[in-house]
Amino acid sequence: MITTTHYMVLSAALFVLGVIGVLTRRNIIIVFMSIELMLNAVNINLVAFSHQLQNAVGQVFSVFVIVIAAAEAAVGLGIILAFYRNKETVNIDEMNLLRW
Amino acid sequence: MAEAAAFYILAALILGFGVLVITAKSAVHCILFLVADFLCVAALYVSLQAQFLAVIQVLVYAGGIMVLYLFVVMLVNLKRPPEAHSDPRRLGFLGLLMSVAVLVELALIVVTRWARPAAAGSGLSPDNVRQIGRALYTDYLIPFELASFLLLVAMVGAIILAKREL
Repeated sequence: MITTTHYMVLSAALFVLGVIGVLTRRNIIIVFMSIELMLNAVNINLVAFSHQLQNAVGQVFSVFVIVIAAAEAAVGLGIILAFYRNKETVNIDEMNLLRW
Repeated sequence: MAEAAAFYILAALILGFGVLVITAKSAVHCILFLVADFLCVAALYVSLQAQFLAVIQVLVYAGGIMVLYLFVVMLVNLKRPPEAHSDPRRLGFLGLLMSVAVLVELALIVVTRWARPAAAGSGLSPDNVRQIGRALYTDYLIPFELASFLLLVAMVGAIILAKREL
């Protein structure tokens, strides 16, 4: 019997994979992909609870999360392109223009 | 029984591809693994009676967003790999430790048993699209319009950021 807890465990594990990617990788494009993984983990949680409560509102919120992810990807990748044009790098260790 | 088998296979695939995404050397490989991961998540949505969301996942994520990522990876041709230069003050081990702390916190939340077994009533009907559309255009009309406006702003912002000169 697969309960909502199973889905929550899967979602938590996927979210932590995203956190590890954000905190340990140095290529900013891969950091962005890890953020997408985290957003997907949140979506799994929302859909699992929507299934548990038999209520479609959780899926509506997932649609909003996907909208935010699309907006974030578009703007973020625009920033990466603009930054790459100026500094010729996508390494987050070299992105220190705003560091004190 | 079949449901449990499907869940465990999909969960293993999702986590396996997730690990590959954050460990693969080349960014293009990462993107391909991420597409596979998203397709598995879409299959999981189907098993959770969220067919509309599964279609959206394939169309928007695996189809749209990932092509955007691929474009950027192809545009940014790297003469030296980004992993070559590393900040000496960087504490990668600390990052891993913090992620484990997040895992422990999430596990604590999970084991406190907020989750109940599925309700007997079937509020999720097979015509999933109609339900979601009704909710979006009645109760969530203002968030829906705000989301569309956010997408417009993001589109304009992305064009302005990526343009060479205005």
